[in-house]
This record gives sequence, C-alpha cells and structure tokens, in this order.
Amino acid sequence: MIEASVIASPILGVVFCLLHVIVSLVHAWSHLVHQIQCLIISSGLLSKYQNINLNRLRHLAVVIDSEDAKNKSKVHQLLCWLSDIGVKYVILYDIEGVMKKSDKAYEKSSANPSETKCMDFAPNMPLIFDMFGMTVEIISYTDGKEAVAKGANYLCSNYLKNQDDTLNKLGPKFTEPDISSALKAVGHDGPEPDLLLVYGPARCHLGFPAWRLRYTEIVHMGPLTSMKLSAVVKVLYDFSKKHQNYGK
Amino acid sequence: MSTISERFSILQSHLEKNCKSKISKISGYVGFIMRKLLFSVLSVGPIPAHVAIIMDGNRRFAKRHSLLQDSIDPASGHRLGFRSLISTIQYSFEMGVKCVTVYAFSIDNFKRSPQEVQLLMDLMREKIEEMSAEDGVFQALHVKINFWGNLELLTEPTRLSAKRAMDTTVHNKGPELSVCVAYTSTNEITHAIEASVSELKGKDQVQVSDLERNLYSAGCVEPDIIIRTSGETRLSNFLLWQSDFTHLQNPKPLWPEFSLRHLVWAVLEYQRVYAYLKNKKEGIEKNK
Repeated sequence: MIEASVIASPILGVVFCLLHVIVSLVHAWSHLVHQIQCLIISSGLLSKYQNINLNRLRHLAVVIDSEDAKNKSKVHQLLCWLSDIGVKYVILYDIEGVMKKSDKAYEKSSANPSETKCMDFAPNMPLIFDMFGMTVEIISYTDGKEAVAKGANYLCSNYLKNQDDTLNKLGPKFTEPDISSALKAVGHDGPEPDLLLVYGPARCHLGFPAWRLRYTEIVHMGPLTSMKLSAVVKVLYDFSKKHQNYGK
Repeated sequence: MSTISERFSILQSHLEKNCKSKISKISGYVGFIMRKLLFSVLSVGPIPAHVAIIMDGNRRFAKRHSLLQDSIDPASGHRLGFRSLISTIQYSFEMGVKCVTVYAFSIDNFKRSPQEVQLLMDLMREKIEEMSAEDGVFQALHVKINFWGNLELLTEPTRLSAKRAMDTTVHNKGPELSVCVAYTSTNEITHAIEASVSELKGKDQVQVSDLERNLYSAGCVEPDIIIRTSGETRLSNFLLWQSDFTHLQNPKPLWPEFSLRHLVWAVLEYQRVYAYLKNKKEGIEKNK
C-alpha cells in the first residue's frame, strides 16, 4: 500500500498540473479574445459603444484590491474615465481603507482642485466628495458589518426607550426598512450600486457592505494595473442591455 | 465526520443495492471509479469546504427545450433541475466538500404567480421527503439537512416536511446540506439583529460576533465558492454577509445543464485564487 501511494502521488501531481495548464490556456485564450474586443471598441468602429445609455446606472461601485489601490494615479485615472463616460455616483471600496487615507491625493491631482470638495477623514465612516461633477463615496471593511452592528445598537436603544409591557413580552420586531433607517441614522446609508466592478486577482467582493449588494451585478475586471477604458465601456454597455426579474 | 473513503464505500454499496440491471450496475461502478480517480487528482490542491449554489435557469431550460408546451407538467424545468441538484450534491460530497448550500426559493419568488408558487411548494415538499427518506443516499451518507430561511412563510405541508427532514437528520455526523427557502440575506440579517437585541442585558452593546451567532448559517464555515449558473452576475440577496472572501463564479450553462465537468472546473478555478483569498481573509482576522 505504501509503495502504491509512493508511485501514485507523483502521477497524481503531474495530472493535477496538466489540468491547471489546461485552465491557464483557456484563460489565456479568453484574455486574447477580450483584448481584441477592447481593441475594436477603442478603434471606434462599432457605433453602439459610442453612446451608451446610462439611465439604469444610477450608482456604480468599484472594489479595488488594497495593494492595487496604493497606485493613486491609476485610481485617479479610473475616476476621470468614469466621469467622462457620464457616471454620476461612484462608490470606491478597498478592504483596508487605503483609498480613504488617500482622498487628499485625489483633491490635489484633479485638474481644478476647487471642483473637489473633501470631507475630513474618519476611518470608520464613509468619505464622500465631489469630483469632476461626479459624487465619489469611499468606504472600507469597517463600513460593512461593523456599521450593521452600530445600526443594531441604534435600534436597540430606541426599542428600550419605547418599551411598554406589551412590547416587552413580544420581543423586538424589526423590518428591513427599520434597518435601512437605522443605518441612515448612524451615517451608513449609502445607496445600493447597480453595478460593481472588481479590480484584483479574483472575482470576490472582499467585504463590500452586505446590506447594499442585494441585486448588484458584479463583474471582474482583472488587475487595476492593466485596466483599459474600452473594457469599462464594454461592461457598461453590457449592463445597459441587462434585464432583471427580481425574483419573479 | 466520515472520511472520503468511507463515503465512497457507502456510495458503492448503495449503488450495488439500487442498480437493477447488470449493465447499469457495471456502468455505474465504472463511473464511480473514474470519479474517485478524478477527485484524487483534484485533492492534490485545496478542496473547498463549503460550496454554495444559486440554481438559476430551470425555467429558461424548459422554455428552450419546449418542455412547457410538450409536457403536462409545468414544473418540468424544476424537476430536471432537481436531478442536477442531487448529482451535484453527491459529487461534491464524494470529492470531500463538507457543506453544500443551495438557494432553492427566495422570499422574492413569492412575487411569482400563485399557481407557480403553489407548484414550487408542492415540488419542494415532494423532494424534501425524497431526500430525507430512510433508504435514500443522503441517509446512507449521514447527511445533515438544514433549512435556512423564514420558514413561517412556507405553506404548512412544506414547512412540516422541512421540519421532519431536520429532525430526522439532526444527529447525522456526515456532510451538511443547507437548503435556503423563503430566504434572503437581508431578511437573515434582520432576524439576526432581532435575536441579538432580544439577548442583550443591561447596557451591553450588540457586537458583530453576536449578529454572526444569530444568523441562520451560524456554526457553518463561510462558503469558499458561490456558483450562479446561467451566466448571471448578481447574488440576488444570497449569503451576502457570509461571502466576504468567497470566490464568485457564474458559469454560462443553465442549472439543468450543470454537470460533473462544470463542478470540476469550478474547483480548478477556486484552486487558482485560493492563496490570494486565504491571504486576504487572514489579513482581516489579524486586524480584528
């Protein structure tokens, strides 16, 4: 048995590596096809990508890997692109709050600093400012679950204040609108994004506030370092054609 | 919890007992051995402990194959989807996955026509009883069945079937199957807040750990992969709280088309990003 496993393990390892080589080849092919599509879009040959209907896109979120988010010029470039395309509200998220600490950099690097109005940095609160006529909200991991706990404490204090004998027996009863109101009261009432772009090695929302993700379309864009305007345009175009049933 | 070898032995004897003809017995056995080899190869890398699935595409499949016109059974798409579910669960458990969670019925699905909702309730009751039957493969594998959701919203026969399935399997020590019915993540979070507030004594504050302890999924590891079939890119209010470091996958096949090769592909994709997601998760846990 021991001899069999000694022989089998390297064979299994080789087959395992072969399987992953196949996966990598498929990814390489998909990447090539994507690059060609981006090239065609950026050439302007296809008129459908020139005027995208953004009526359904009220709020756009961008999740960026915290290592990539340290590249402030790339983040700023992305914001400029989104503003040029016509996006009105962007939510920037990175798990460690790197972008929250960098907000002053966006103010300094914008063409007209007076167009950028910044609020003071608070690590456990969202940061909201205007940039190029677009509202930018910056959040991090602490604006997710911890915010819900804050909201729960807000509801609890109201519940205890309003208690009478009848309510005491039934226990607290909250509705989803109650939770939304509580989140608003504690300063975490940001809108639900219609579309979320993920820049990083994996399609994962990395702790984006759960309460705001119900029906959000989530698209993986790859690393921020290789971001392309045409890739963003393609995603926005595909989103404009999407149809949701909302459970029906 | 049973080892993978033990699970294979159980499945092997279940196969021998239930296959009627010699040919189907042999082909079943050959498939079984091939899967064992394949899963041994996959096990060189990390195998997800928890796989969650949004089973999207049953109605589109039925429409595409004109099943609704030809069949007197308007639930034909969902029945085919159930077959995919059973085989996916079986293969997952053979592979060594410890938990499988499926999104069977959302609170939003109550917006469908009353006839369709009743059809789905009846189908769920029928399939719950099939899954928890004494001589079924799930009992043979000692699967523990959970139902996550606001079960009070279900019709009484369906709710009673769900309760019976949970009671029958509560002591099982094998893999866990969690079925989300009358479920949305925001409803789950609301329920967790209610439970956490009602537990508070004196001037204590609700902590994130209190909320997590009161989720329907408490005690279950967070999902490693969430698969949504039919190429759709949203989570539709499913496991939003639990999926911070979950690899989100959206393969194009409709749910009744989802098969072993799609599951294997999902695991291979997960293995590619495993190190990155593990690193991110450990980073956050260190900072807590």
